[in-house]
Amino acid sequence: MKKQIPIIITFIAGMVMILQYFIPHRPFSDIQQLFNTWYVIIAVFAMILGLGNLLKIHAIRLQRRPKGWWYSIVLLLGFAVMFIAGMGWGIERGSLFDFLFWNTHLPMSSTMFALLAFFVASASYRAFRARTSEATLLLVSAILVMVGRVPLGNYIWDKLPLLGDWIMSYPNMAGQRAIMIGIALGVVSTSLRIILGIERTYLGGK
Amino acid sequence: MIETVGTWIAAFLTLCILSFLYKDNPFYKFAEHLFVGISAAYWAVYEYFNVLRPNLIQPLFGEGQFLFIIPLVLGIMMLTRLLARVGWVSRWPLAFIVGTYAGYNLIAYLQSNAVEQVRATLVPFIQVESWQTFFGNPGAITFLTAIAVPVVVVGVITGIIYFFFSKEHTGIFGRSARIGIWFLMIAFGASFGYTVMARISLLIGRVYFLLHDWLHVI
Amino acid sequence: MNIVERLEAIDRRIIFVLILLAVVLPLLFPIGFKIIVSEPVQGFYDAIEELAPGSVVLISSEYDPATMPEVYPMNQALTRHCFARDLRIIGMGLWPQGIPLNQASMEQAAEEYGKEYGVDYINLGYKVGGIVVISAAAENIPTTFPQDYAGRPIEEFEIMEGIKNFDNVDLIVSLSAGDPGTRQWVMIAQGRYGKKVASGVTAVSAPAFYPYLNSGQLEGLIGGMKGAAEYETLIEESGLGTQGMDAQSIAHGVIIFFIILANVFYIIGKRRKK
Repeated sequence: MKKQIPIIITFIAGMVMILQYFIPHRPFSDIQQLFNTWYVIIAVFAMILGLGNLLKIHAIRLQRRPKGWWYSIVLLLGFAVMFIAGMGWGIERGSLFDFLFWNTHLPMSSTMFALLAFFVASASYRAFRARTSEATLLLVSAILVMVGRVPLGNYIWDKLPLLGDWIMSYPNMAGQRAIMIGIALGVVSTSLRIILGIERTYLGGK
Repeated sequence: MIETVGTWIAAFLTLCILSFLYKDNPFYKFAEHLFVGISAAYWAVYEYFNVLRPNLIQPLFGEGQFLFIIPLVLGIMMLTRLLARVGWVSRWPLAFIVGTYAGYNLIAYLQSNAVEQVRATLVPFIQVESWQTFFGNPGAITFLTAIAVPVVVVGVITGIIYFFFSKEHTGIFGRSARIGIWFLMIAFGASFGYTVMARISLLIGRVYFLLHDWLHVI
Repeated sequence: MNIVERLEAIDRRIIFVLILLAVVLPLLFPIGFKIIVSEPVQGFYDAIEELAPGSVVLISSEYDPATMPEVYPMNQALTRHCFARDLRIIGMGLWPQGIPLNQASMEQAAEEYGKEYGVDYINLGYKVGGIVVISAAAENIPTTFPQDYAGRPIEEFEIMEGIKNFDNVDLIVSLSAGDPGTRQWVMIAQGRYGKKVASGVTAVSAPAFYPYLNSGQLEGLIGGMKGAAEYETLIEESGLGTQGMDAQSIAHGVIIFFIILANVFYIIGKRRKK
């Protein structure tokens, strides 16, 4: 009962989505629209679940006070300020919520990822070695693309941008297509296993 | 005035995060935790204003469309996952989500990422016009253009052969798989080159903000 | 330790400083490298140019501040291009952070070209669900997006008159930094409904979309800040994309130098062991 009904639900939902591709008329189109609407709403509650979990973890940290517990206060305060700003005064351009987005969320998010530039440079120097013929091929391809795809490449050799574009459009594209087809077949088989109830790990537990 | 205050707050938080490059420190940890809290609230507020209110609250309570009780109940059932004893109830809405998504993916991936890609690879192996251009005007570029399609066809087929692990990679099959690896290495090299480009671009963006918006030196 | 071993074991913070200088100095002292336009970006530009005035472009923003330096310049250039050609823009997003970014871009361009919210452009906001949202909007946009991003009923806006579903949209542009994004738009909007889709993506994901370009599933592709710079060149505007290219070139040169140097040390080390 605890697992049988969810498996039946998965089957029905999956089959409706597949059938409406081939029979895009009523009632399948109506059911599809209904399911689409329900999906969007239920997915929000999944987000709320994740949020609830985050707040729960940090609330527990405040109670237990392990090392560095005071940073949880920062997190919860930040959450509270942003949440109240949004729910209290709206999210339009020019609102407090919008101000906090542009001047706190945005710079921190951008800078977190900007750090990666330094680490990729460091990793390139320390770890990128042409140990095998395959690694050499990877390295040569990377260098040709890196130089060919910036304006500097044109000044080194005027054919370099064309070579870079050719590598991207043909051999790279061929490799990416092979990967894409492989992934697609994997997704198809996994989706089929899920819909038919063979794959049940997403249900978890007993 | 308010813009200047905002810029200084943004600059301070940017420098807090950048300080991690020297070593982990309280400023970085402060900014990191603040970021997580603010991001979580951002998502929550947007989910309410852009999804819950227009797609559930308004139709159900504002327009009296009582069918919307079903997704509301399923959504509340999802939240029971937080409670260990009744957590199994969340399987029902989870099954709906997973089933719907699997149904979409099955057809969409098959059509767009498998069939369509195979169709695009089934082109004449010898592009007569390209070879005529090459022989008429021999050069590196005309040669690369002439061999482009054979490169793609060989690359896709050998790349797919490489991923077929149900047969041992020996003999002709093994040699084909080896060629496939070369194409995959070229693809990974191109991806690495683009990844480096992406990361540097993100740094340029941040440095531009500091120099232009904050310090006004450019 | 000899000099080769010392250089191999160099403190990574020195590498960090060199990369920082490689980015800062060209921004302070621009060089002005010429930008060559590639075919994928030309394809994107042509897709907009082919549209008649009054056509509807759906811009879906699925990126966030983390990828803003790459995608926001594309967003800005695209909205300017659309308004310059008197195209109408319907904005939406599969990522919540993309909504204010797209809104800012549209507002900025609207001010320059004298366009009005609700008449020439609108922002329908965000919905969670990726591929499901695209499918829902393809069938019925007003049901999927009953309000705009700020909570106002969409019936109030002139631009939404006659907009029922994707049949009323002439081109879909996905500005994407990951999943859900371009892949889902191609799979549903192009694959199922036959709509023209063009895309602007981060450089990390650009190589993976070349198969879609080759098969004709994408009309055009702008990849990363370099792609944004190329697009800015085509529309004859200078933005962050163009301004960042000098720093991009020098930084790439520095990293390639590091890679070659490290491999030279590696070869020297291998020969010594032999």
